[in-house]
Order: sequence, then C-alpha cells, then structure tokens
Amino acid sequence: MATQHSRSAARIMISPAVVLLLAWMIVPLALTIYFSLLRYNLLMPGTERFVGLLNYKLFFNNPAFFTALINTLLLVGGVLIITVVGGILLAILLDQPIWGQGIVRILVIAPFFVMPTVSALVWKNMFMNPVSGLFAEFSKAVGLAPFDFLSQAPLASIIGIVSWQWLPFATLILLTAIQSLDSEQMEAAEMDGASALSRFWYITLPHLSRAITVVILIQTIFLLSVFAEILVTTNGGPGNASTNLTYLVYARSLLNFDVGGGSAGGVVAIILANIVAIFLMRMIGKNLDA
Amino acid sequence: MARAVSTRRKIGFTIAAWAVGLAIFFPILWTILTSFKTEAEAISSPPSFLFFDWTLENYTTVQERSNYFRHFWNSVVISLGSTVLGLIIAIPAAWSMAFVPGKRTKDVLMWMLSTKMLPPVGVLIPIYLIFRDVGLLDTKTGLVIVLTLINLPIIVWMLYTYFKEIPGEILEAARMDGATLRDEIIHVLTPMAVPGIASTLLLNVILAWNEAFWTLNLTAAKAAPLTAFIASYSSPEGLFYAKLSAASTMAIAPILILGWFSQKQLVRGLTFGAVK
Amino acid sequence: MTKTTRILMGATALCGMAAIAQAETLTIATVNNGDMIRMQELSSDFTEKHPDIELDWVTLEENVLRQRVTTDIATKGGQYDVMTIGTYEVPIWAKQNWLVPLDDLPEEYDAGDILPAIAGGLSVDGTLYAAPFYGESSMVMYRTDLMEEAGLEMPDAPTWDFIKEAAAAMTDKENEVYGICLRGKAGWGENMALLTAMSNSYGARWFDENWQPQFDSEAWKATLTDYLDLLNNYGPPGAANNGFNENLALFQQGKCGMWIDATVAASFVTGDDSTVADKVGFALAPDNGLGKRGNWLWAWSLGIPAGTDAEDAAKTFVAWATSKEYAELVAEKEGWANVPPGTRTSLYENQEYLDAAPFAQMTLDSINAADPNNPTVDPVPYTGVQFVAIPEFQGIATAVGQQFSAALAGQKSAEEALQAAQELTSQEMQAAGYGQ
Repeated sequence: MATQHSRSAARIMISPAVVLLLAWMIVPLALTIYFSLLRYNLLMPGTERFVGLLNYKLFFNNPAFFTALINTLLLVGGVLIITVVGGILLAILLDQPIWGQGIVRILVIAPFFVMPTVSALVWKNMFMNPVSGLFAEFSKAVGLAPFDFLSQAPLASIIGIVSWQWLPFATLILLTAIQSLDSEQMEAAEMDGASALSRFWYITLPHLSRAITVVILIQTIFLLSVFAEILVTTNGGPGNASTNLTYLVYARSLLNFDVGGGSAGGVVAIILANIVAIFLMRMIGKNLDA
Repeated sequence: MARAVSTRRKIGFTIAAWAVGLAIFFPILWTILTSFKTEAEAISSPPSFLFFDWTLENYTTVQERSNYFRHFWNSVVISLGSTVLGLIIAIPAAWSMAFVPGKRTKDVLMWMLSTKMLPPVGVLIPIYLIFRDVGLLDTKTGLVIVLTLINLPIIVWMLYTYFKEIPGEILEAARMDGATLRDEIIHVLTPMAVPGIASTLLLNVILAWNEAFWTLNLTAAKAAPLTAFIASYSSPEGLFYAKLSAASTMAIAPILILGWFSQKQLVRGLTFGAVK
Repeated sequence: MTKTTRILMGATALCGMAAIAQAETLTIATVNNGDMIRMQELSSDFTEKHPDIELDWVTLEENVLRQRVTTDIATKGGQYDVMTIGTYEVPIWAKQNWLVPLDDLPEEYDAGDILPAIAGGLSVDGTLYAAPFYGESSMVMYRTDLMEEAGLEMPDAPTWDFIKEAAAAMTDKENEVYGICLRGKAGWGENMALLTAMSNSYGARWFDENWQPQFDSEAWKATLTDYLDLLNNYGPPGAANNGFNENLALFQQGKCGMWIDATVAASFVTGDDSTVADKVGFALAPDNGLGKRGNWLWAWSLGIPAGTDAEDAAKTFVAWATSKEYAELVAEKEGWANVPPGTRTSLYENQEYLDAAPFAQMTLDSINAADPNNPTVDPVPYTGVQFVAIPEFQGIATAVGQQFSAALAGQKSAEEALQAAQELTSQEMQAAGYGQ
C-alpha cells in the first residue's frame, strides 16, 4: 500500500547509505584493479609499468595460494562449527535455572570485548608457549610432555583462539532465541514422554535455525578476514601451515611492498569472498524470508 | 504447569555453568593478574596464581611511557563518532527498507553486507593515497569516516531487522491521524525503535573500539587510539608480558565495563531478526 | 618614522609572532626497544634546551613500525619528521632520495667518531643518510657454570664444531636445560638473520655475481642441516616459533646453555630480570675456518624523510639523540652500562664504560668482524651481512624463512625446504627483472 510519494521518499532516505557504500566499494576497488595490472613496488617508484595479468598468474602459480585457500575455508568452517555447537550447548546451559545467572553471562560474553591483538598475544605467550605457558605447566604437572601448539598444530591453535573470541557472540544470539521458545510446547512434549534429546532435536533445534543462520552469516563476514591473530601468533607458519588468503595478501603488499601482486591477491580474495557471500545469501535469504 | 525445579538439578547446572563461565573468562582474569606481577614473576615457573608480590609498577611505567588519556580520548571520539554518524545515515535507510520494501530491498541489503568482505589489507595502499591527498591522514575525522563506512552495513542490517518487527498498523493509524512522514519517524517510530537503536549503538561502539587495522595504519601521533597504544607494548626486545598485560587491561577495561553494564540492552538488540 | 620603517617593523613583529605561534612539532616514529624508550624518557633534556620544538612520539613494535614508516615514506604521506630505521632500509631509501643527507652536522657532533663499520652501512657514496642510535652484531652468550660442569672451555673465537660438541654436553632435558637456543621464527629479521649470517661462515651466499640464487649449493645444505641438527637435538621445544624475545626469556630463566644472538641482549641477560646474570660469558660468533664468522651487523638509526616541513628541527633532534652528550646524559641518569652501544669509537675508549659493561669489548670486536660490503667467502653482487640490500629481499627472505621454519617444525626435510627456497627465489627474482 506504499504510495508513490512514500516510495520516492524511501528512495531518498536510502540513498545516502547506498551512495556512500557504493563509493567506499568502487573507488578502492577500481584503484586496486588498476594497480593489479601494474608492476608496482612501493620501494621502487618510477618503475611502474603495465604488465597485464602477470600479477594474477604469479599469484595463482604461487604454491602458497592453494594452501591459503584451503586454510581460509578450514579456519572459517572450524570456527563456525565450534562456535555454533558450543554456542548452542552453552545457551541451553545458561537457559537453565541457576544461581548467579547474570554473573555467569557476564563471564561468558567478556571475550567479545577483547581486542583481537590482545587476545592473540595472551594466548600465545601465557597459554600456548611450550616452555613457560600455562598449558605446558599443566602438562608438566601431570607428567606429560608439553605440547607445542603453534608449531605442531598452528591452524588448529588459531581456530581455537578465534573461537574463544566469537563463542560469546554466538552464545548471546542463540540464548536470546532459546529464551523466546514457547515453554508450553516444551512442557507438552515432556508430558507426552519425549526424551530430552528428541525434544532438543524436534523442537529446540528447528526453533534456533534462524538464529544459527544469522550467527553463520555475521561470523563468516568477520572470519574471512581474520588477520591480527595470525600475524601475532605464527606469522602464517611454520611454512604456510597457518596462512590464510588475507595473510597472503598482507605478506605480498605490506611485507614485500609489492603493490601490484598484493592488489592482484586482493582482487582474488574479493572475488572468492563474494562467491562465499552469494552462497550464504541464498541460504540466509531463504531462511530469513520465512 | 508449575513445575518445581529440583534443588539438586539446580545445583548441578549451577556448578556446570559457573565452571564453563570461569573457564571462558580465565584468560582475561590471568591477564589482569599478570598485570600486577613483575616481569620476572610473569614468566616464572611454576606460575603463581595469587601469591606473589602485588605491584602497581607496570601501571606507572605504562602511564609514564605513553599518554594513555590521549589514546583513550581518541578511542572514545572515534568509536562514538563513527557509530553516531553511522546511525544518522542508517536509520532513514533501514526505515525505508523495512516499511517501504521494494523488489530489490533484500538484494540491496545483501550487497551492503558483502562490501564488508573487502579484505582491508588489499585496499590499504589506495585508501592511504586518497587520505594523503585530502589531508585526512592521522586525523580523527578520517578514522570516523572509515569506521562509519566499515560498520554501516551491520548498522543498517541490525536496524532493518529491528524495524521490521514494529507492526505496520501503528504507522497506518498514525498516518490516518494526519501525521506526516517526519512526525511518523520522530514521534511514532523512534520511541519504539529505541531499544534496537541502543543495542546497535553498543555493538558498533565495541566493534569500532576493537578495530585494529585501519586505526593503526591511518594514524601516527595525533589521532592514534588505544589499538596503537597496545602495539607499542608487544616488544621484540626484552620482557614485556607484565607491561603488556597492564596496557591490555587499561585498553580493554573501558569497553569491558561498558559492555557489562549494558549487557541487557546489548542482548535485546543482538537478535538480528533471529527471534520471531 | 618613515613609512618603510613602519612596514619593516610591522613585518618583524609579524615574523616574531609567527615564530612564537608555530612552535615546531616533530613527529618521531620509533621502535619500542629499551634504548629508545629511554630516549623518550630523557627527551625533556632536549625540549628544555629547545623550547621552540615540541616532540610527538609514535612508539611501535618493530614489524608494525617498519610497515608504517615504509608505507608513509614511499607514498610521501608526510606523517613523520624523524624515523627510526635500520641498516637495511638506509641504502635503499637513500638511493630513492627519500632521506635528507646528514652531511652538514655541526663540528662538535664529530661524525668521524662513528664506528667505521656502522658508518659504512648507513652511507651511500660516502654521504651519511641516517645517524646511528645504537649498533649491534651477534655473538655467543653462554652459561659459564654449565660450560664448566660439562668440562669444556669456551674459546674467544669458537668454531661451529665446538658449538655442536658443547651443545651436546650441556643439554639436560630432564632439568629443562637445552644446550643451544637459536631463532626459529620465520621472518627476514628473525630466523633468516641468523641463518644468512651463519651461512656466510659456511661459505654460502644468497646470489652469485649474476643474481642466480644459490640455495642448491652444498654450503647452504651444510648450513641448514647443521642448524636443524643443533635445534632438533639440543634445542628447546617450540623452537620454530622462537624469535629474539622468546629465546631471551628462555635464557633468563636459565634454560639455554648457549644462545647466539644480538649483542644488545648482553645487557638483558646480565640485568635485573635475569636469574643467571652472574653466570654469563661471551664469545665471538662461530666460524668454520673459511675466513668469515657467522655474525651480523645492524644499527637502529634516525633518518629524516625528504620533504618534511621541519628539517632543521629534525636535524637538531637527530644530532642530540646520537651525540656524545646524550651518552653522558644516560650515564649520569642510568649508569654507563645502559648507554646505547655500538656506535662511537670514543665510547669504547672510555674506561668508565669498559668497567661498567663486561660485554663491551666482545661487542666491539663482533661489530668490527662484520663487513657489509664484503660479507661472504665467494664474491657477491650485493651488500649487507644478514640481508641483501635490495627492495625485494624482505619478501623473498620471509618466504624462504617460512620454508626453513617448516623444516624445523618437521613438516619438510632440509632438501625439500632448500629446493622450495631455490624455486621461489628464482621466480621472484625473475619477476623483478634481475639477472637478465
């Protein structure tokens, strides 16, 4: 029933946001695409020249590219699984009648407020360090050899750190969703003799599906560009074991100062991110329209 | 059916919940504790949990070495400024998407979100060059602009999902009473949307406060926020755990306190339309 | 009063006002190493002497700083008036005319007093482009008590064979004592600094005269194999993630028998935070009898970006921070042992300093033993001891460093790592247009 008048008003109201975001997307993107076709090293000004698709060829031929692609998917997927599963369990736990629920909730959401750099430094130095970290002290106390997290399982360790940061976010959204669950339905099911597991499976989980898709969408956006955690803990290594696409682009453009190569990597990363985005949007769109 | 929860069950759940809560919080607690140790104690083995010589030395060192309050103030201005500016731009956009949805509304929304997937490292050099040319390097204005743009999609989306849950009949009724579009927004919509706006504001202040790539790369001395302050304590030379812990505690304390006090508000709006 | 005088007076008054209103502000970018932090604390001495100059400090961790200042100077962002840079950047930047030449420093600054090895690394065609704040080489730091227990005696100039023998003898894993600690963390300034310097003493080189990478040589194979053997058999767990700082912490906790690293570490391992302060000895970096030792050369220096709007004030500051008077100021406030080392000949002729710093002579000898213009056994087309002074080096060496740290973590064999290093270096050098 929207009138012509309100339609045009709506268009006017939406336009600042659209125009700004369009500019924010197009201007750097255009420059990035332009740079990606040049041989352009920041440290050698005056030697810029057009090289066509050479930078892309080099980027794809780099054996690190494939590893980084896989690592990116593992990182995003791993953190999503941990935070969604962990978040559901934690949300159910926090939904139970307990003493001091408010305080427990505060404790659980705290990691979300910590800067990524800080949390990476803390985990690396005070927990995962194989000589003086707390985990090493703990293994020594129970008579085990300390595990060298960041050399032996670099990617898994980073997944752990990032999951710690995002678990609170998932928990909060899922908890809000659980609390909106109709308790009468639950009780009716209980009266009918449905086991706790089947109540969870047939009532709670379907109810949470929207919340889960939201968690997945928002987190994916942030997880695709995880960077500070890798820079601080492993520098992408050993070898390329924990290099993701963002880190690979960083290494090219800000360690090598190879703007051409870095831009080519940036364009590739943008394209891949958009493929993931389209895939996600399909999924979310379906789930959110309902 | 009023079902009495058995006390034993409640005890069990309480213990489990507290155990998990404390485990999740432990790294932060440990950081805070370490900030009161000397550097030698911070790496001592076996580590001391509570029984060490508590010292404020690290805090005094940090305060002497860097101008905490300037960084703090920059962080406040940048995170609040970008959030408020973002809200000003996003509220009308979200309003029109929620109440006058077109065929393309969903696409526009999804496209907005997809701009957040632009990897910042890939576009740093172009942005740096633009900022240099318009004189925005190392200015709070420049950072406010960048952070607004970065968080705008999230702001629009959060508000959109919130506005959508406001029943349209109320607006129609207001319109029948002869309210103009402006009145509609100011007198009808806004009061109903306040909780959503408040939690959007909170979430974005947190995100902006913790943003560590642009804030570090586009500033030098004058506009550098707390993220830059942290970057000066992770030293490749010499022991730094205790000082880093002190600096970290100082950097996260304001946002932690804000988050804790406003967690009810935050939670209410954090649904992104996930709750029907 | 004539009209002209009035105009002149007015103009003078204006100039005077302008001068007062524009107390110049210098933005100084610096690393958060101990010596620089001290400079920042002592800078009130400078602002008292020069009330018209205000100082704004940007103190950052080394890698972040390097990325920030390089981006800024290459894009002419103009955010800084003084930058802290190293011997790697200076020759490259000077060739691009990005740095203000420091050939007109005042007489009393006594530029001739700067150690020749350091001055050489900071000059292009005889012109100084950055003033050294402190200089360092690398050397062996070892535990005198453990060495004695092992029944060995460290010579002043050990060989790699002796290091292997001593590492084996000192290792006591039960008690968490590891014979040797070395850098393993990937990075051109981390494991590659050590390995490149080490490879020089094995007769290896990065490139031959035609810029062809040499990782397929026997000398590199010997270097990497020995490095891996040492760390795998006698090194601490997690060596592949250890950089300077991690090793320093290990040494200070008494967990390393020997540690080959930067000479500046000497004041830390003998300082207050160290549990082994009175049991540390020093020796030159090892060699293999080929005429080159495995030690590097580095100087953190202050440079002034060309195009700064406060060039004179910046020069005044640089001259203050790297002067003999500054050394005396530090000595007066914090004691001689804390004076920034490795830059001036006069410091090593000062008996007070030699008495306060037991590591002084070994530091000086190490610095003098490094020759950036002639770093390897076989001739090379580049300068730099633990680096190759070309812009592409940072990226290539970091990628190579990742291969070597993967080998250390056990993901690859030495041969595989060297082969990968050879391939990626060839590819990058070709793309950059060398050797054509």
